[in-house]
Amino acid sequence: MLVNQFLLLGAILFCIGVYGVLARRNAVLVLMSIELILNSVNINLVAFGTMWHVTDPGNVSGQVFALFVIAIAAAEVGVGLAIVLLIYRNRQSIAIDDVDLMKG
Amino acid sequence: MIPNILDSAWLVPAIMAASFLLILFFGKRLGTRATAGIGITAVSIALVLSVCVAGQWINRVNNPPTGAKLAADVIASNGLTPQTGRNILGEVIATTSESGETVAAGAGIRATSGESAMSGASSAAAVAEQAASEGSATEGEHGGEHGGEHESVPPIVHATTWFTVAGINFEVGTLVDGLAAMMLITVCIISLLVHIYSTEYLHGDIRFTHYYAFLSLFTASMLFYVLSSNTLQMLVGWELVGVCSFGLIGHWWEEKKNTDAALKAFLTNRVGDMGLIIGVVITFFAAGATSFNVLHINEYALGGQANTALLLVGALCLFGGVTSKSGQFPLHTWLPDAMAGPTPVSALIHAATMVVAGVYLIARLYAVFFTGLGIGSSSLHYVAFIGGFTTIIGGLLAFVQTDLKKVLAYSTISQLGYMVMALGVGAWTAGVFHLFTHAFFKACLFLGAGSVSHACHHTFDMREMGGLRKKMPITHATFLVATLALAGIFPLAGFWSKDEILAGANAGQQQAYTLMLIFGLITAFLTAAYMGRAYWMTFWGEYRGHAHPHESPKVITVPLIILSVCAVLFGFTNFPKSFFGLQLPGGVTTRFEHYVEPTFAFPPLQHAEFTPWLAVVSTILAAGGLFLAYQYYERNRGPHGLTQRSTVARAGYTFLENKYYLDVLYTDIIAADTKGPLARASYWFNMNVLDGVVNGLGTGARKIAGFVYRDIDQLVLDGIVNGSGSVSEKSGQILRHVQTGRVQQYAAILFAGAVVLAGVFVFVI
Amino acid sequence: MKDFLNSWGLSLAVFLPLVGAVVMLLIPKAREGSHKVIALATSLVVAFIGVLLLANFDYDRSGTLQFVVDKAWIPLINSRYIVGMDGISLPLIALTLLVVPLCIIYSWNHFPEPRNPKAFLILILILETGMIGSFISQDLILFFVFFEVVLLPMYFLIGVWGGEKRQYASLKFFLYTLFGSALMIVSFLALYFLSDKVDVGGTMMHTFDMRLLPELATGISTGAALWIFGGMFMGFGIKVPMFPFHTWLPDAHTQAPTVGSVILAAVLLKLGTYGFIRIAIPILPHAAEKWAPFIGLLAVIGIIYGALCCLAQTDMKRLIAFSSVSHMGFVMLAIASLTSFGMSAAIFGMVAHGLITGMLFFVAGSTKDRFHTLDIARLGGMLKQMPHMGWILGLSVMASLGLPGLAGFWGEFPAILSAYNPGGDLSVAFFRVLMVVAALGTVLAAAYLLWLYQRVGFGVPSAEFEDDPHIHDVSFTEWVAWTPMLILIVVLGVYPNLIFKVTDGAVGNIVSALSGHGG
Repeated sequence: MLVNQFLLLGAILFCIGVYGVLARRNAVLVLMSIELILNSVNINLVAFGTMWHVTDPGNVSGQVFALFVIAIAAAEVGVGLAIVLLIYRNRQSIAIDDVDLMKG
Repeated sequence: MIPNILDSAWLVPAIMAASFLLILFFGKRLGTRATAGIGITAVSIALVLSVCVAGQWINRVNNPPTGAKLAADVIASNGLTPQTGRNILGEVIATTSESGETVAAGAGIRATSGESAMSGASSAAAVAEQAASEGSATEGEHGGEHGGEHESVPPIVHATTWFTVAGINFEVGTLVDGLAAMMLITVCIISLLVHIYSTEYLHGDIRFTHYYAFLSLFTASMLFYVLSSNTLQMLVGWELVGVCSFGLIGHWWEEKKNTDAALKAFLTNRVGDMGLIIGVVITFFAAGATSFNVLHINEYALGGQANTALLLVGALCLFGGVTSKSGQFPLHTWLPDAMAGPTPVSALIHAATMVVAGVYLIARLYAVFFTGLGIGSSSLHYVAFIGGFTTIIGGLLAFVQTDLKKVLAYSTISQLGYMVMALGVGAWTAGVFHLFTHAFFKACLFLGAGSVSHACHHTFDMREMGGLRKKMPITHATFLVATLALAGIFPLAGFWSKDEILAGANAGQQQAYTLMLIFGLITAFLTAAYMGRAYWMTFWGEYRGHAHPHESPKVITVPLIILSVCAVLFGFTNFPKSFFGLQLPGGVTTRFEHYVEPTFAFPPLQHAEFTPWLAVVSTILAAGGLFLAYQYYERNRGPHGLTQRSTVARAGYTFLENKYYLDVLYTDIIAADTKGPLARASYWFNMNVLDGVVNGLGTGARKIAGFVYRDIDQLVLDGIVNGSGSVSEKSGQILRHVQTGRVQQYAAILFAGAVVLAGVFVFVI
Repeated sequence: MKDFLNSWGLSLAVFLPLVGAVVMLLIPKAREGSHKVIALATSLVVAFIGVLLLANFDYDRSGTLQFVVDKAWIPLINSRYIVGMDGISLPLIALTLLVVPLCIIYSWNHFPEPRNPKAFLILILILETGMIGSFISQDLILFFVFFEVVLLPMYFLIGVWGGEKRQYASLKFFLYTLFGSALMIVSFLALYFLSDKVDVGGTMMHTFDMRLLPELATGISTGAALWIFGGMFMGFGIKVPMFPFHTWLPDAHTQAPTVGSVILAAVLLKLGTYGFIRIAIPILPHAAEKWAPFIGLLAVIGIIYGALCCLAQTDMKRLIAFSSVSHMGFVMLAIASLTSFGMSAAIFGMVAHGLITGMLFFVAGSTKDRFHTLDIARLGGMLKQMPHMGWILGLSVMASLGLPGLAGFWGEFPAILSAYNPGGDLSVAFFRVLMVVAALGTVLAAAYLLWLYQRVGFGVPSAEFEDDPHIHDVSFTEWVAWTPMLILIVVLGVYPNLIFKVTDGAVGNIVSALSGHGG
């Protein structure tokens, strides 16, 4: 079985995600882009996991890892959205450029 | 049987001490009458006891202890080391067997002798037995008396341990002999009369109670001193009488003049006490460093092995104490100032008793002076000379005084000089006899002066008196008797004692004291002259004051009468053996000498016989003095106004008026410089040098610390610390710009980094 | 009872004051009454224990230590908790036990600004622990600890409750004494390392045990011994204080609160002289012999010099402070004579000086309370305004100038006597010169004290204070605090055997090592 197409899909999703994280000003979109990145990684993990299944049938590390990532991602989105919500409440904006209190 | 008061003589001072405590604690509450009552009662009891002491002593001399009892007495009373005990015992037995006493075997000795003397006693017992077998037949009780000597009668000594340090036994005890008994009687009589006299004289005084408390304390201390069995105890009594004197001179302490006088008296005495303290220490060590016992020290001084040089130093140091206490030149200056105290006090303390403490000291430790100064052998020596010199300078000063009390004060100095001179020339009995007679007539004079002043608005200025003989007949009569006694007119007390001194100086030891004889004769003249001056100025002529003098009440006059009677009679107590050919029976003549002069631990003295030509010369001189004074002051004849006309006379007068400038030397130079420049210099030294060093060390330490802090700690060490801090800060300033706060920028950099890393992984590795 | 005292008596006497202080710490500051009662009760209980100890003391064996407790303390360096009492320390312990309650009674209504009885009394109790501890320690390190414990409370007493220049004075006191202690501890350590070892449970170790050191230290070379003695001389000499190390004393005394001055004069100065008698001389007798002429010389200079400085004073308290320098000179002269007689004289002198000078400071303090000044020129007529106080001052002055019949004399006269015939190989001629000069000191003492009394006691009150309603005669608490001291001054003067009897058996050990020590 070839994993190339899966890897390619993952890379495309990853690039879209990176673009979203770096270029969008809307914090919700940034969060969504992060989701994309994480999912691209999940695709890779599952693809490699299936590939290893051929030689080592008992090994499901890739799939298990992917499940972990999904759970973390859910938590991350939960916290992230809560922060966004608070920022919005305080500033009536979710533009990520405006949030630069940590500026040195 | 009368209880043996000789053995409990301590009661005499104890009664006075009890009186002091009573007055001190209850006097204020009991009121003045009761206070005076307590004092008078106590002194009366003390006087009765003293008379008993004297009586029993006379009895003891008449019936001297013999043999074993004598030896036991000596051993038990001295309670010395076995070594000394043996020596004394040997001597006693030797003397008694010489004088023909039967010395019994020493059976009784062991029973009575003290533990410390055990070995001495037992070994002495053998000596005693031997002596007994050798002793010749008895010669009768007064056998030896005809030669002026009689049996050796040891004093009665009772001592108990006060404390023991490093093997040295400090004792406290009583020593009763003729000298002590004589002093007891003198002190008690005068003290009693002064107690009585003061009830009127200090009537209504603000410090009546204090006054009586001090009188009691003084009497107690004086009696304690007189009865002392050892030198340390004498030192204690000596200082205590000094304090009482201080308190009584400063009785009216509101006025600075009085407190100055009190201070001067105490401090001058302290200067002398320094000598006394050292003298006590030296005699203690000189006599083997085992005991302060007077007899022990005397015994040692008479023993062959005495270190004469050390005794000389000791005697001179002791004489330092005598110089101040007994007003000898050059420490006599406090005595006239001490007249600032109430007059009865002057009579008691500064004429009759305390000031003779010094004379008493010499008399008590006579062996030390005798051996140390070589009284028996040398010619002129310090003590005799100072005594003689003091008589003259005191007598001269009395002439320029206008204050009646000061005349008497200088007279006292002069007479004390007489006593010291007598002791100095070896006329022990004469000196002590003069002490005895002088006490009464001088007290009489002082109390008479007090009576006069009591009548004349409390002034003592003779220029404001005069003509008092009619207004105060009793005072006048007693004053006259005392004046004549002091001048030495036959047959009053002063005649006998003064004459004995002159005879002693004349006979001297190998005619060595001719200078003293000249001093004495000059003084005899001076005394009569200045006393005549005082007498005529006070009692004759017209009254010059502004008061209304009247005779004093009985409380004052009766003591005066008693004292004047004493002044008449007491001279006969030592009636010479041969008086212009008159030879009275032996039981009447020289009684004073017989009973008072010690026969135990006492140097061998020659006794000068009555010298007719001296008696005549001195009487002529005295009469001449009185006559000249009469002519000059009463008749207004003679070179009046000499001081205005002659420069020499004026200079002499000024010199006398300024008291030989000794007060200037002491007060203005020595004292002022000590408490002025010297004290300030010391303090300056303390504050600037010593404290300066300390503060300088402090400042130096602070400076060094400042340097260390600023230049090392702050600059270098802290510089490193701070430097590291500021470097971080500066770099932070630069780097802060990297932190934009933009999450996306961070993410971009993150990704860029990841890309670079990926590149590195892929292409480089 | 006896067993209990044997094992616990001394330790109780030392540490009970600390317990009292801890209890007081727990009580709020505002409850002044409880503080006073607790402090007084503590000191009285301690004094009672002291009385029991005195009653059970075997006076026939005053030369041997009694009530000895010997327990391991710091095994590493073989420093032990050894306490004991003999005829040398007994009078001083008794003095301490007497003075502390009297000081507390005196303070009852007299707390100096800024009041705060709690802190004040706690400090005094700590002081008591330190003082008693110093007198009973038989181990050098233990002694040193107590010696230093004394320092701090006194520093605070002066620094907090003192006069205007209190900070300067307290610091000077602290640093000066500490400087001496530093040299002293070096000497102790040198002694420790240079002396022979003892067998401790099978191993050979050096020891700080004062009882053993006199024998163990015989092997120390002369040079080293001289240096060691020198260090101790500095430590003790500063505390005494000896000329020229005395300059902390007038400042400390002048600035200290009354009670501080009293304790300082009565007990603290004695730590120095006690150190000489207990430690320096018995352990290094031959070094002491070399140092003695020097000590004697300084002592005599101190006598004269202190007296002269007294004459220059305008402040009553400062004058009394300088008189301490002079009087302690007599004590040091007696010690320098190196005779057992001199040692007895010195101990008597210490107690007498403690009582008399303490009394003088009490009177000075009460004078200051009433007149708010101690300027001698402004005082006067005390006898008229406050007769009792005037008489008490008079008695104290007389005692201080060494009047026979009062305690001061038995400190002075025996000191002079002992200098006539010094012990060991000391130069007799030199000491006799010292004796004469010391005797001159008695004249000066009379001069400055009587002059003081003339200006303060005699005369009439100045217009300034004539009608001052604050000026009243001796108050009740003052009577209570002073009477025992006055009685003792008289009793010791009349019957000096009370102290000589105790010391006589004990002092022999001090100089026994010297050849031919005199009587």
